[in-house]
Amino acid sequence: MFQAILFYTFAAVLIGAAMGVIFSRNPVHAVMFLVLAFFQSSLLWLLAEAEFLAIVLILVYVGAVMVLFLFVVMMIDINVERVQGGLVRYAPLGLVIAGLMVVELVQLIWARSRFEVATGGFAATPEGYSNTEALGAILYTEHVYAFEIAAVILLLAIVAAISLTMRKREGLKVQNITSQVAARAKDRVRVVKMEAEKRQ
Amino acid sequence: MTISDFLPAAPEISLLCSICAVLLIDLFISDEKRVVTFWLALVALLLNIWVVVVSAPPDPTTIFDGSYIYDPLSQVLKVAATAVVALGFFYARDYLRQVGMLKGEFFVLGLFGLLGIMIMISAGSLLTMYLGLETLSLALYALVAFDRESPQAAESAMKYFVLGAIASGALLYGISWIYGVTGSLKFAEISQSIAVRPELNDVPLWFGMAFLVVGIAFKFGAVPFHMWLPDVYQGARSPVTLYIASAPKLAALALILRVLVDGLEGLHGVWQGMVMVIAVLSLVIGNVVAIAQSNIKRMLGYSAIAHVGFILLAVFAGSEAGYAASLFYTLTYVIMAAGAFGMVLLLSRQGFEAEAIADFKGLNARSPWFALMMLFFMFGMAGVPPWVGFFAKLNVINVVLDAGFPGLAILMVLASVVGAYYYLRVVWYMYFERAEDKSVFQAGRDTRALLSLNGLAVLALGIAPGWLLALCLAVIG
Repeated sequence: MFQAILFYTFAAVLIGAAMGVIFSRNPVHAVMFLVLAFFQSSLLWLLAEAEFLAIVLILVYVGAVMVLFLFVVMMIDINVERVQGGLVRYAPLGLVIAGLMVVELVQLIWARSRFEVATGGFAATPEGYSNTEALGAILYTEHVYAFEIAAVILLLAIVAAISLTMRKREGLKVQNITSQVAARAKDRVRVVKMEAEKRQ
Repeated sequence: MTISDFLPAAPEISLLCSICAVLLIDLFISDEKRVVTFWLALVALLLNIWVVVVSAPPDPTTIFDGSYIYDPLSQVLKVAATAVVALGFFYARDYLRQVGMLKGEFFVLGLFGLLGIMIMISAGSLLTMYLGLETLSLALYALVAFDRESPQAAESAMKYFVLGAIASGALLYGISWIYGVTGSLKFAEISQSIAVRPELNDVPLWFGMAFLVVGIAFKFGAVPFHMWLPDVYQGARSPVTLYIASAPKLAALALILRVLVDGLEGLHGVWQGMVMVIAVLSLVIGNVVAIAQSNIKRMLGYSAIAHVGFILLAVFAGSEAGYAASLFYTLTYVIMAAGAFGMVLLLSRQGFEAEAIADFKGLNARSPWFALMMLFFMFGMAGVPPWVGFFAKLNVINVVLDAGFPGLAILMVLASVVGAYYYLRVVWYMYFERAEDKSVFQAGRDTRALLSLNGLAVLALGIAPGWLLALCLAVIG
């Protein structure tokens, strides 16, 4: 019972935060609401005793990805009025997509309930069970190949990003240490002897 | 588990090590000696072929808990993909040097793409397949945008990236449904659970499978998911187009054979209809629209769509002979496509892209030998006997007839006749029009020799296709 109350509270705040993301006028507020939404969903995971996923969600998404988002939002100058106009224009399309997702979810739940006995609530984990350990064990044994390929993709992404962005442009102001060290005073300063100006 | 358990995956492991080696050595090479990276990449490819052949276990095996498959099919596809990438690097070298784009990243990204192709070929689970596909796609996006000065390349890379991301999304969505219904990501377990529990063969599973078919059709470039293909072929630099047009087709074939045949064979009656619609549309639209093209890269792009129609129809037939016919068709098509784009590269030089079909005018007067080679490639693609394309098409038509679809066989013949028009137009230009451009080819002697060998292979395989056909049947069975 207590768990159900907690679940519905967290879920309600989560949905409220998600609404806030799309309805807030200020993009910075929208990002903040998104942080709240992530936080709430990590609470839901904690409730399901998936503590590793909950912590990772906060560390990775809230700690790194959302901060990056904030940087981007603050750096680009978004015209708030234009964004608002877009919301009204795209609202019907968004509603259709949201409706589709609801229908699909219902269908999936229906398919599940047809083939298996439905169980209520989150299954309790046995005593001494570590979520982190279980995930680590499966990640480094059964899924080690996929894990390694994911690492390769990251390496490839680095190579691709650098090859696309690094270039030698003309007129770029770079430091040339050798020429700085080799510079001598007489190359830079010229002492000119000249007659003193006559008093007028 | 001991280290020898990983032995079937030795090709992927050694290729990754070679890539890292090439990447590091490339840092210490000055721009004037950049061709060293090309030779290193070539050594890596030859080493890869050697490892694929040597490390093969005697029997089909799976490792990494079923997420990696070794079977004879994977070996044939891996050797073919590596060889065709090596061919592409060779044709690209002289062109890249002339336009000042000979950079190590081209070869490194190409090798990464090959790694993705090999992962896909040996994928035993939907997860591995998806990760291999992403590796290949990421390398391709970067390669298309490789020429940073060209707004056209940037535009087509952007288009490819956005549409590719949507296709990946569709694929992942389909995978999640399949996983939700069958409870497994591995092809063997999926097909087993469909066989054991026939009640699973219902709308939710079909729904997920439809998304998988969409993803596959996009990666193949089949109608109606072909919009990216002509633009990317045209927008990318010719060496990149050559790369995209050749080896990834083998990966797409592995994708469809592993997912639809290994994994969802039990649903054959359901996906057959979807594949047929896609294949017929590709066949018709590809061939008809190609007639209207004046850019040769775009024309070859639409012709690729038409060829994909043939490959899909061979898979559609659903027999072992059909799968073997699709393998034969893809292998021979890849050889011809590499050669045709190799000719485009041969005619291009600094400040001049041989992109218009009209650039082939009077090639016979400039170089009778290479005009003959281009004639080989065009006749091969058109399906004129005795070039190899004829046997590839004949196989597919036979298989579709055996499956009991004479209407489709007639359609394929008609589409081939329409297709012959635009291939023959290139031949007409080469032999019966006057040359506007009389420059000498810049390509090195080794490149020319290889291109000639490529052209002769199209003829030789057509005269003696038996052994390759037998090989295709043997590895599928």
